[in-house]
Amino acid sequence: MAQHQVNYAASGGLPVALTTVDKIVNWGRSNSLWALTYGLACCAIEMMASGASRYDFDRFGVIFRASPRQADVMIVAGTLTKKHAEFIRRLYDQMAEPKWVISMGSCANTGGMFNTYATVQGVDRVIPVDLYLPGCAPRPETLQYAVMLLQKKIRKQSIFQKQKPKRLV
Amino acid sequence: MQQRNRLEPFFENLVFDRDDNTMVVNFGPQHPSAHGQLRLILELDGEQVVKAVPDIGYLHRGMEKMAENMIYNEFLPTTDRMDYIAATSNNYAFAFAVERLLGIENEVPRRAKVIRTILLELNRIISHLFWLATHALDVGAMSVFLYCFREREYAMDLMEDYCGARLTHSAVRIGGVPLDLPKGWLEKLSVFLNNLPSQIELYEGLLDKNRIWRMRLENVGVIPPEMAKSWGCSGIMLRGSGIEWDIRKEEPYELYDELDFDIPVSDRCDSYGRYKLYMEEMRQSIKIIRQLIPMYKETGPELMAKVPQYISASKEDIMTQNYSLMQHFVLVTQGMRPPVGEVYVPTESPKGELGFFIRSEGEPYPYRLKIRAPSFWHTGILQDLLPGHYLADVVTIIGSTNIVFGEIDR
Repeated sequence: MAQHQVNYAASGGLPVALTTVDKIVNWGRSNSLWALTYGLACCAIEMMASGASRYDFDRFGVIFRASPRQADVMIVAGTLTKKHAEFIRRLYDQMAEPKWVISMGSCANTGGMFNTYATVQGVDRVIPVDLYLPGCAPRPETLQYAVMLLQKKIRKQSIFQKQKPKRLV
Repeated sequence: MQQRNRLEPFFENLVFDRDDNTMVVNFGPQHPSAHGQLRLILELDGEQVVKAVPDIGYLHRGMEKMAENMIYNEFLPTTDRMDYIAATSNNYAFAFAVERLLGIENEVPRRAKVIRTILLELNRIISHLFWLATHALDVGAMSVFLYCFREREYAMDLMEDYCGARLTHSAVRIGGVPLDLPKGWLEKLSVFLNNLPSQIELYEGLLDKNRIWRMRLENVGVIPPEMAKSWGCSGIMLRGSGIEWDIRKEEPYELYDELDFDIPVSDRCDSYGRYKLYMEEMRQSIKIIRQLIPMYKETGPELMAKVPQYISASKEDIMTQNYSLMQHFVLVTQGMRPPVGEVYVPTESPKGELGFFIRSEGEPYPYRLKIRAPSFWHTGILQDLLPGHYLADVVTIIGSTNIVFGEIDR
């Protein structure tokens, strides 16, 4: 038996918060975006810098994981070559739903300055991309902004809705 | 029918089931400590590596071919993306090779030379800090990673103040540098340099006598001098095996013949010896930059070589003199036409000997441009170096070779 009777009406209301399932699940999803370390080229260095001391990605709940099974978001940082294209698709398929992709830097967006026989002209030819991040290489602040935009996008989604198959470009 | 277009890697037919008790392990190309996109096929006997086959080409972007279709100035930003940890050293190596091809290396004004040398050494510090950060992270010392990146950010701030970019600098032009140092930059540089030695001591305090660090680095990845020479090692990989060889001393470029600095050499031949060399080289870089700061103040204001047939004249001349304007127009629309000939120039990049070979047919485009990247040779040595080591040491050895894949695959 409780010794003290709390007068909820006087002390600020019941300790109950009302919300929707959508909001609470998306709150969880958007604030613990674990990223797959997909460093391919120069942008990977900026991605590491975002995770390091000054930019401190942990504040956003972004923790880099080395395994696709534990990751929610794939940050494709760098040039995708034709030789590597198969692996990015395989790793994307290995990630558990729901999953998102940030294409970081010009090379991942469109092939960038490398319009050659060896380079895939945009990572969206291989995997569906949610967010394109311009720059060569984008600054860590840009990557932070991209993650914040992705969080916004996630919060708008309904969790009961079937995930629509994303379209390749 | 999607299957038809599938790219087939040539390791697809690898037999993983063996009768001879060895196990085949695929390492990479997407592995957090593969330093980019190294793929290793390791044959293991228990935990010991019996055979290692490095597979490269996962970041091949066709840079050398691109160079053949670009005018010389156009290609310069592409060199940023080679060794992206120290972009200025690539810019410089390329610009220097073109300058020698044009025969204007003595025309470069002294102030440009001082700025270039400062930038080169600053990049060396950035690169070595980055190496220590990632190597320590691979071996398991997370805090060193955070400390190193903190210092590295200060150095990156300096680079950003000078050229506007953090990573891909393009801070050097053929014939000089585009910009003078901003106001107060040298003071900021001095503050950074005064702060750095205590930080290096901090790293050494964390690592030097750390039992785990020593156990994982000592006698791991031993490269005998003969092996280092036969695999074409350069830079710290060579000096870590007791061979004193540094392009800055052997074939001095820029102001290195006027500067007083030492080349640290280690006879230990192992990863720990190389780690000590990296720390020592950072100290030498500090010493070099400290000598350059007073040199800067004695120089005149010119920044670009005055060779109007190859390099655009100053903006003032272009705006006031008709002939300069015409030359500038031709240089921008068609590009410079170097004399027929070929040139190979080595420079000491943070990783080792970085050289550009250029064959010119007198056209605005190089007929052939070949990049001799140190990391490429240091990847080759892995197949000789890894057998006999344990699987856990593979990461240490890859880390201590300091390879960067933009440079290997180009």
